[in-house]
Formats: sequence, C-alpha cells, structure tokens
Amino acid sequence: MNYSILIGGAAGQGMDTLAQLLTKTLKRYGYFVFKHSDYMSRVRGGHNFIQIRFSDKQVRTYEDKVDIIYALNKETIDLHSERLKEGGIVLVDKAVSDDENLLLLDLEETAKEAGNKRAMTSVGMGAIIKLLGLEPDVALNVIGSTLRDSIVDVNKEAFSKGYEMVGSRFGLKQEKDEKILIDGNTAVAMGAAAAGCRYYCGYPMTPSTTVLSNMEKWSQELGIFTEQVEDEIAALNMALGASYAGVRAMTGSSGGGIALMSEALSLAGIIETPVVIINVQRPGPATGLPTRTEQADLRFAIHSGHGEFPKMVISLRSPEDAFYQTARAFNIAEKYQIPVILLSDQYLADGELTIEPFDFSKIEIERNLYEDELPAGRYKRYELTDTGISPRIIPGKVEDKLILVDSDEHDEYGNITESAQMRTSMVDKRSKKGELLEGEVEEPWLIGDENPDNLLVCWGSLFGQVNEVVEILQEEGHSVGALVYGDIYPFPTRLLKENAATAKSIIDIENNSAAQLDGLMREFALIKSDHKILKYDGRAFSVDELYNRLKEVVE
Amino acid sequence: MDYTILVGGAAGQGIETVVLLLEKTIKRSGYNVFTYKNYMSMVRGGHNFMQVRFSDKPNSTFSTKVDMIFAMTAETVDFHIGNLKENGLVILDDELHKDQDFMHLSLQKIAKGIGNPKVAPTIGFGAIGKYFGLDFEIARKALEETFKGKVLQLNMEALEKGYGLTETVVPLERKEDTKIIMNGNQALALGAIAAGVKYYCGYPMTPSTSVMSYISEKSKEMGIVVDQIEDEVGALNMALGASYAGTRAMTGSSGGGFALMVEALSLAGILEQPVVVVNAQRPGPATGLSTRTEQADLRFVIHAGHGEFPKMVISLRNPQDAFYQTARAFNIAEKYQIPVIIMTEEYLTDYMMTMDPLDFSKVTIERNIVEAIEDSKERYKRYKYTESGVSPRLIPGKSKGVEILVDSHEHDEYGNIDESIETRINMMKKRMNKLEELKEELLEPDQLGVENPDILLVGFGATHGALLDAVTRLNEDGLSVGALVYGDIWPFPTKLINKLGKGAKKIITVEQNMTGQLESLILEKTRLEIFDRILKYDGRPINGDEIISNLNTILEG
Amino acid sequence: MTCEYNLYDPSWCPGCGNYMIRTALKQALEELEIPPHMAVIVTGIGQAAKMPHYIGANGFNGLHGRALPPAIGIKLSNKDLTVIAESGDGDTYGEGGNHFIHTIRRNVNIAHFVHDNQIYGLTKGQGSPTTAMGQVTTLQYDGVKVEPVKPLALSLTMGAGFVARGFSGDIPQLVELMKEAILYKGYAHLDIFQPCVVWNKVNTFQWYKDRVYKLSEDYDQTDFNAAYEKALEFGDKIPTGILYKVEKETYEDRFQFIKDGPPLVDAELNPFDAEKLMKDFY
Repeated sequence: MNYSILIGGAAGQGMDTLAQLLTKTLKRYGYFVFKHSDYMSRVRGGHNFIQIRFSDKQVRTYEDKVDIIYALNKETIDLHSERLKEGGIVLVDKAVSDDENLLLLDLEETAKEAGNKRAMTSVGMGAIIKLLGLEPDVALNVIGSTLRDSIVDVNKEAFSKGYEMVGSRFGLKQEKDEKILIDGNTAVAMGAAAAGCRYYCGYPMTPSTTVLSNMEKWSQELGIFTEQVEDEIAALNMALGASYAGVRAMTGSSGGGIALMSEALSLAGIIETPVVIINVQRPGPATGLPTRTEQADLRFAIHSGHGEFPKMVISLRSPEDAFYQTARAFNIAEKYQIPVILLSDQYLADGELTIEPFDFSKIEIERNLYEDELPAGRYKRYELTDTGISPRIIPGKVEDKLILVDSDEHDEYGNITESAQMRTSMVDKRSKKGELLEGEVEEPWLIGDENPDNLLVCWGSLFGQVNEVVEILQEEGHSVGALVYGDIYPFPTRLLKENAATAKSIIDIENNSAAQLDGLMREFALIKSDHKILKYDGRAFSVDELYNRLKEVVE
Repeated sequence: MDYTILVGGAAGQGIETVVLLLEKTIKRSGYNVFTYKNYMSMVRGGHNFMQVRFSDKPNSTFSTKVDMIFAMTAETVDFHIGNLKENGLVILDDELHKDQDFMHLSLQKIAKGIGNPKVAPTIGFGAIGKYFGLDFEIARKALEETFKGKVLQLNMEALEKGYGLTETVVPLERKEDTKIIMNGNQALALGAIAAGVKYYCGYPMTPSTSVMSYISEKSKEMGIVVDQIEDEVGALNMALGASYAGTRAMTGSSGGGFALMVEALSLAGILEQPVVVVNAQRPGPATGLSTRTEQADLRFVIHAGHGEFPKMVISLRNPQDAFYQTARAFNIAEKYQIPVIIMTEEYLTDYMMTMDPLDFSKVTIERNIVEAIEDSKERYKRYKYTESGVSPRLIPGKSKGVEILVDSHEHDEYGNIDESIETRINMMKKRMNKLEELKEELLEPDQLGVENPDILLVGFGATHGALLDAVTRLNEDGLSVGALVYGDIWPFPTKLINKLGKGAKKIITVEQNMTGQLESLILEKTRLEIFDRILKYDGRPINGDEIISNLNTILEG
Repeated sequence: MTCEYNLYDPSWCPGCGNYMIRTALKQALEELEIPPHMAVIVTGIGQAAKMPHYIGANGFNGLHGRALPPAIGIKLSNKDLTVIAESGDGDTYGEGGNHFIHTIRRNVNIAHFVHDNQIYGLTKGQGSPTTAMGQVTTLQYDGVKVEPVKPLALSLTMGAGFVARGFSGDIPQLVELMKEAILYKGYAHLDIFQPCVVWNKVNTFQWYKDRVYKLSEDYDQTDFNAAYEKALEFGDKIPTGILYKVEKETYEDRFQFIKDGPPLVDAELNPFDAEKLMKDFY
C-alpha cells in the first residue's frame, strides 16, 4: 500500500505544525512515513507545500501523484490538482472554494466553534484521519504530546469535530509502531553526539542550521559546547582549536559558508588536526536557491583548500547512513588526523522518515590518542613514522610534553622549516596517510542485480529514489543494478570496474548539471558513462520522474 | 658561452642589490640574462642565494652547476661548493675559509676604509665586473640608478676599488643591447595596465604582493585606484563592485588568501560579472612555505566556488606569456562575463629574464559593453536569454531610465529572485553554455620539440622554461622528445594532446606538486594512459638538468 | 527625466518594518531628485538585503556580510553614482563586522542604512549581534550569553563623520535622516530600528515606541562627547536623530585623478598609454 497526502498553502498558515502532527500520527499508526517539504525562501506568503507519503514498506522518497490534497488556499488547488490520483480527494474550506467536485468543509467555522479559528488545520487533520479510516485515539495522543499545553484542548476539540464531519473512504488498518521518525540533519547530529562530539560551532545557514540547533538542544544534557559564531571562517578555526585541545569537534554549513572555510580546511591538513565538517548542499552558485536541493559541490569538496593534503569526503545516503557515517567520520578523522567532509543535501537534511531505531551498540569511539610512554626529550608532534601518522597527545595531559602545531611547513617538532628535504619528507608523510586511508574506504552499495546489463551509478541521497526504481525495473524484467557511493574520496573503484566490465550500459544519475561523479569515474577508473540523467532545477527526483527517464535508456 | 654566477649570503647583506647590478650591467653589455632567486622567509639572517646566468643565446631556465660563487658568508660556500664546476671560482672575503684556495679579496677591510661595511658587496661586484672586462661606464650607470646621494658616493668608491682588485680573465665582448629584463609579476602587472585595468584591490601576500605594489607605484601616473583592503574576503567582493560599475577590475593573492575568495568567486559566476583574479602559487597547505614555489593549486582553482558556473583558468608560462595572457584575460572576462583566474608561481614571479620588448600593438581592448541607451521604454534585462548565453551588458548610470540589477540568488532575466523550476533550468543552461562558447576560443598548449614525438612530456605553467631547455637538448642528442605546455588550462584543451598522445609511445607528465594534478585532468578529459611522472614538491623550481636526469631514470628503469 | 522610483511586490511579512523603511527610502530619493538610474543599492543577504528587488534603482545583491566592499568598489569607479549600502544588523555587524570597521576608516562617500531588528529574520529567529543579553531565541534556548554590539559607539570610536539612528515607526523623521545621510559627503552610518513581527517578541513596535525620543533642536551635532553619551544611551530611553556630524576628507578625494578627473569608468583606455612604462626595464 502506498498513499500520499499533500498540504499546500502560503507560509504562515500553520502547515508545518499540521504536517508534523500528521507525520508523527501516521508513524504511530505503524506506517513507514516519508515527509518531503517544498518551501520558498521567505517567512510569510509565497507558496509552500508538504507531502507525506506512507506505506507498509520502507519509503525514502516522494511520489508525483497524491491521494489527498488539503488545500489551505486556492493557489494550492490551481498548482496541484493535476497531481491527484484516480479516486483522490481535494479537501478545502468552503470559504476558499465552491467547486462542487472538491470535498468542501466548514473548516474555519468549525474551528471557531471549537474555540479558536487558528485550530482550523486540526479540523482538517481530523477529517483526513477519518477519511483514511483510522481510529482517532493515536492522533489525539500526538496532539496532546506535541502542542503547547495552552492550545492542546482546543486542537483536540477541533480534531474531533473534523473527525465527525466525514466518512471513511480509504479503510486502512493500524499496525505496531516500533520505529523512529527522523530527518537527515537530526540523524547527523545524533551520530555526532553518539560519537562523543562535544564541540559544535556554526553559523545559521539553510539547510544546515538544524544540525547546530539540535546540538544546542542537547547541549546541557550531554555536555556539548555549542556556539553560534560570528562567521564561518571563525567556525572552522575554532573547531580546530577545540580539536587541538583534545575535544571531538565539528562544524557545518552550506555552499557559501563552506566556501569561507576553504582556508581553514587547508590549515587542518597541515596541522594534522582531526575535524569533521558537514556541507548540507543546496543549489548555488553563491546564494542560489537557499531552500532547495542539489548535489553540485562534489568536486568543490574534494579539491577544497589550497595545497595538497589528505582528506576524506563521505556522501550521506539516508538518515541511517547519516547516523553511522557521521560517527565513523570522527574515528577516521582521529585515526588519520585529517579533516573529514560529510556531504548531505537539503533533500536528505529535511526529509523526515521512519526508520529502524539506531543501534548505538554499533558505535565505537576510537580516539587513537597515544597512551603509551613517550620517549624522553621534546615531544615530536609530527614524528615521521612508517604510516605517516604521528603519535598524538593533547596539551596539558602529559607532564613535560609541549605540543606545537603550526601552519607553516614544519619539522617533526612543529617548528618552522624551509629545508627542501624536510619539506619533501613532510609532504610524503601526509600523503602516506592518504594512501593508507584508501585501504579503509568502503566500496559503494550495490543494489539490485550483480553484474547487471544496466549499471546505474549515483551518490548521496539519490539512494532513496534509485533504490525504489531499481526494484520496479527488476520486476519489469530488466537486468539492472546500481552503485550508490557513500565514501567518495578517496574514490573506490573495485566494484565499479568489476561491474562496468560486463555492463551493456552505464547510466550516471546526479542532481547537478556537470555530471561530477562521471568525471571522477573517468579520472580514477578511465570509465565513462553511456547515458547521463541529470537534474538541476533545485528539486529532488520523484520516483516517477526517475523511472520515466530511466525507461528511455535502459536496455 | 654560458656562465653562471651564484651570489649567496644572509638576508640583509645586500645580495639582492649585487645581483641587480650584475644583471643590469651584463645585460646592457648585450647578453641574455636569467636570474634565479632563492629566498628564505626572513627579513634578516638565514641564507639566500641567487644565480645570474648569462649567455649569447637566450636562456629559459637556470643551471645546476655554477661557474663562480660570490660568497658573503662562509656557509654559502659550504652549501653550494658541491655545484661548482671543475674550474669554478670562489670569490669571498679574505677572513672566510682562509685555508682554501679561493679568490680572497679584502672586502670588509676596504669597505671599512671607505667608511661603511655595507659597501662590501659592491666591491665584490666591481671585482667581478673587471674579471669579465665589463665596461666600467655601464657598471657606473647601474649604480646611479640604484643608489642616491651619500650612499651612491660611497658605493662608487667601492666600485672603483673593486675594479682595481683583479685582472680581466674572461673577457666578454660588448654587444648591442636591444632587450628588456623583467620578472613575471612585473610583466603581469604591465599587461593589466595595458589592458586598461583601473581598479586593483588586494591584501599583501607573498608572492602576489609585487603585482599590487607595481600597480600602486604607477597608480597616479596611470589613474588606477589601488586599495590595500582589510582582508581577502573583501578584496574580490570589492573588485566585483568596481566591475559592476564598469571598470576593469582585478585582485590577487596566494594560497590562503585565494582560499578566502572562494565564496566571492561563486558570486562572480552567478552575477555574471567579469573579473580577473590572480593566484600566485606557493607551497601549501595553509601557510606552507611562503617564499618558495609550487604548482599545487590547479584542481583547487578549477573547482573553486560552490555550485556550478563557468570560469576560465590560465596558467602563466614565462614573463612574455604573463604580459599577453593577462591582457587577454580581461577581454575574455568581459566577452563572456565570467571570472578569469590567472595562475602564476613564485618561481615565475621572481626570476628575471631578458626578452624582446613587449609589443603593445598586440594588445587590444574589447569591452563588449553595449551602447548606452538614450531613453529606455522597457525594463532592462541584465540576464537576457540569448543563444550564446551572454547577455548584452550595460553599466549603471549611463542610460536614463535603466536600472541594472545583479543578484546572488537564482534570478530571472531582470535579476529578480526567482525559485521556479523553469527559470532555474534556463539560467543554468544559459550560464553553462558560455563555457561551451569559450571552448571555441581556447588556445592549445605550447608545443615544443619534434613534431610527432615518441616521448611526449606534458606540463603547465612555469615549468615551461625547464621543459624548453630539456627538450631542445634532448633533440640535439637525437632523442624523439616533444613537450606540450599548458597555458589555457580550464576549460581543458584536448585537441593537441589527443593528437600527439595517440601517436606517442610514452606520455610523461612533469609537475611541481605531489599528487599529479595535471595528470588527473588528462585522465579525466582524454582517458589517455600516462606512462610515468616527474614530480618535484620540495619548494624549489625544477630546471632542464633535473628533467633530463629524471627522464633518463624513467627510461632506463 | 523622471525621478520616480518604481516599487515591486516584496516577500516580507505583513507588518514588517522593512515596508516603512522602503517608503522612506523612496521618498528621500525622490525629494532629492536623484534619477533612479544614478542610484545603486548594494546589499548583502537577509530580508533587509532584498531591498534592491523591491525598489526600482540599480541593485547589487551580493553575499552575506559583503555589502560594503562592493559598495566601495562601485563608488570609487563612478563617483557620480549615489551609492547606498543597505543590510540588516547580522549582515553588517556580524558577518560583515570587519568590513564595517575598515570602511569607516576610509570614509568613502556612501550612505549606509542598517535595518536593525535585533534578530536574524531570514534564517528564522537566531540571535543577532544586537540581540540583548539573556534573550531566548530559536537557537539560544538558554538565552544569549554574549553582550550585544554597540553600533553607534563603535562607528563613533572609529571616527565616522556622520552617525545617526532612526526608527521605522517615524517615517517623516526617517526621510529627513536618509536625505541627510545621502547628502553627507563621506561615510554616513544610519542605524534604523525596526520590529521583526515574527521572530522578535521583545523588541516590538511598542517597545521601540515607548523608548525612542528625538534629540532636541539645540543638540550640538559636532560635540563628540555628547554623541558618545547618546550612543551608549540604551535603556528606558533611546535617542533618535543625528548624533554626530562633522566634515571629513573622503577616501576618493585622496586620489588626485579621481578628485579632479572624470569618473574612473569614463577613462579612455589605450594600451599604448602603458608603453612608456617599459623603459624602466631596459
């Protein structure tokens, strides 16, 4: 089973709260839920809409067609009516429309009766739950536990009245609810907190801000220092200070904010101080489309920072992936003493869905701080070793040992040097870490058929759509499989080479215009794709769009 | 003939001045000069050295072995004696390395006698001048251009004394001098000025600073605003403002300073604002080695800036290239309304080279700004859709009734914020199409050596001189070697490399970085197989000798 | 030549102070008879920074915190343009803090209007550099833990020659202040209180109305110490008007060829003009 509800209106009409309530409610009824928001970069007015999809199977993306449209204004009806499935319903207040083909209800009036016209959306919610054929109790509990005390009663009353206004149309059943409902940014924050991140600083920038605000929320409880800094340049420099002092530190931003961190990223590389940075991508260039989605910063992330130094880039594929990979990022950063960049995007960051609860037992915290006895004499922060990784201690912890880190080229002690020999040794040292890191990089996920005729390649949040479409194509009899990159730099090539060798067609799917993953394939594996499916209009693929475009090219 | 004099000592001892005097005097005697400069990042102390190479043929690189060492400190000899040729000569003060069979001169004693120990290097210069039989008058003129007043007087005395200390051993015939001598930054700055730059803002950062200081020196004379801004983030933003208002604007930095400009680069892309940005590379990461050389920012620069937008990247190969390419950069920036990034390297910014006088008639100024409108009836579309993707550009304040709106958000043709799917797609296509147009105008890399070589060396930027030297000598020895040296490097021209690459038996890249960034570009854009690579990343420049020896090792192994 | 400024439909919330500021801006520009094509509004990012989209003048909507550098570039390139830098308090005193300080040092002839609503509006309610200590926001759940910036005291300390404060709730006064700022030859700092009806429940329209008072007719605008006192007055009473105004030499006048010559943008460009420079290299 598969249903979608679309709520549309202007910013400020209460849509967000309604969507939040509905999503939670449907989840508690036992369904897998996916909430997708489409909002403009304004605080009032304009047109926003939210789609909630729910099913008895895991869903990770949205459908083009919907079953119920709850239109808070007329514009919603005009913009979205053609998306209604057969037998779908448009629910609207009598004051907004008099079109007899729609389900017209006295929503505002009823809300007034309940005590406050602002509770109108709860009336609508009641109607929707009844239309779906579900019992009201779970919904009422969610209202009670989510809204402010002062408005709970009014909204419950409004909900009940709405519930009575219609009959059941869709006849759904309730299931057991054992899942969590979470969005990508919260998953990242949780992974960081689980991994022992105790210093998060950042600057508000859509769509990364909620990573910061989540850490802020848990700050007292978990003892995490969080700060909204004066600018993004300060953010990364500050995180490096914290890391130097021995605390797992992280920062994050989007597009332009990340751009401002380029110099400090290079700093992280030469001082060999671990740090995790998250770039929640949105369409650029510059300010671009602040509330939309894109995957166009891949090359930018890989080559960010002047000079050469090892770094790792990981693209996040789902909220689960976001949780585990963020936690892993801290271990990798500290093991190799490098910066690790996480690439997410607005679609993943804001998309809320139900998933299995995280397994915190899978998280291990490996500090890789040097605990053994150090040799006598001055401490060598940058000791030349076989692996390139120097034993790392933190300041103030080992008596008599002083720790000098320096942004100039330096010798083993951290002192400035210009010697050609030492320069070469240090570059080799740092690069060795990069080579070693290659051994730790995980191959992309392979979904669908192994050695398929049609090999799809993609990265990051496209996992959601690709996963679903591969299944559909397989059911139709196509030989199709997909490689979904998570770890993306250093670039793993084994699975790619194996599967490309036997594939008849390689299809690259990306949310950008320059096919950046394709460029990586050419550079590192000398493989090029046969077809490219690119989308760069600021929106994520829906299942339908991806399916239709793939059908045009699959064998 | 081909001769190299190494001058070495501590910072603050006057080495730069001696070298300058030698350069001028020898060049004006009619010889081709190439001076390689090697500095530490200190204002006093440490060890600096420079090599003045001169010959009757043009030189494009420096020699490994030297014929003469003029040492101001004992350690200079220790550092460099290993590179002195068999019959080479060491000239130094008689208090240093007393036991060695060197040419000892009483530099300090005589300088004291004159009245100032600081004139000691000039005494040495005089001795060297006499050694080569250089015309005293030429030497004197060089001094007059360098010193003034009392200091000049003392140095003149020193020069005379120096001339009296030796005999002429290697007489250099005086020849006609028609050339100029300059370094890469001077040439770059001159190219910008010739192209009509009127606004330069920047922040001091070695080795880009001398571009700014040269333009600043000429600021009054040429009517150019030069602003030393509070930080690099502001620098590119400011240049974009100036460009918006209609002046040719430029900024520059190195490594970390350029890194701070990355956000504004993305801004330039979406505003579609012409601007020229210089990245004078030095070894990173971070502060790295501030006075040394490297070419390790290639990929960083190509992909700098979040999101996708058209940009051009040009790597400068020698001082002439610096002049002509910089001037061309402004035309390209304004023709396509994109940012153009010029990459140079410390080595190129500092080395001095003789060359034919620059031909200003080769510089054209093509603004591509539309005629001002007298009385506009309709609203101006700054981002009007056109076939090429380039919109007709007006500048503010020139046309009555016309408002020019540029914006960093995604926008419609008027420049207003627009989030719609249709506009986003159209604007992305519009901007990226400019890149396709630009590709038609790209210059293929410079081809050196035999037409269809068995061994194809590929490099970019300032390794040009070393590659030219190596390839010429290898060809003389009968080896089928050629080289392609990239100037225009993004978009990446592929015609020549595909042609020669397919015919070559071995492709070997030569780069001054560790990860082989040019190689990665070749792989990505052509998927040609690279046989091997010569990489040098110790902060020092590569020369012809080193390329040849590395190549031999590769071919033997 | 018309000096009427078109207005376009904004995406600001109903009741936002930005509407009033726009009204005042339009009036000021029209009363000064500055033709729209000669005016440039340069902004960073934020709700205030959307102004160029909503009023018909030339516009440069750049990056967050980076309104001032382009404004300087524009003015130096064409001194005939009327350049107005306009952004919010976060953009100006936070992200753009460094540029704020150093722009004052230059004293370029631009007017700087800062829409000060003491909160971040566009990004939904985080504390800004002028939010009061202790105020709870959508990010500082525990209350802001740092002292606010004192913008007028800061610009005075830096030596600004024109320092003023306005209030979106008093349009007539704001019009006069804007006109004075634009006419002032040098950098003019005008900090404008405005309520953010959605995100700032503390500094509301009423909160400002209860506190602001106009500086008296006989207030001496050339008295630095008086100005500094007034700048720090921020409790039950907050003064509005011009706190300080003295003449100073502008940055652009220190470039002879700009002061005495045509605008830089009109300079004749000829490569051969540069050839004479080559003689130094012979």
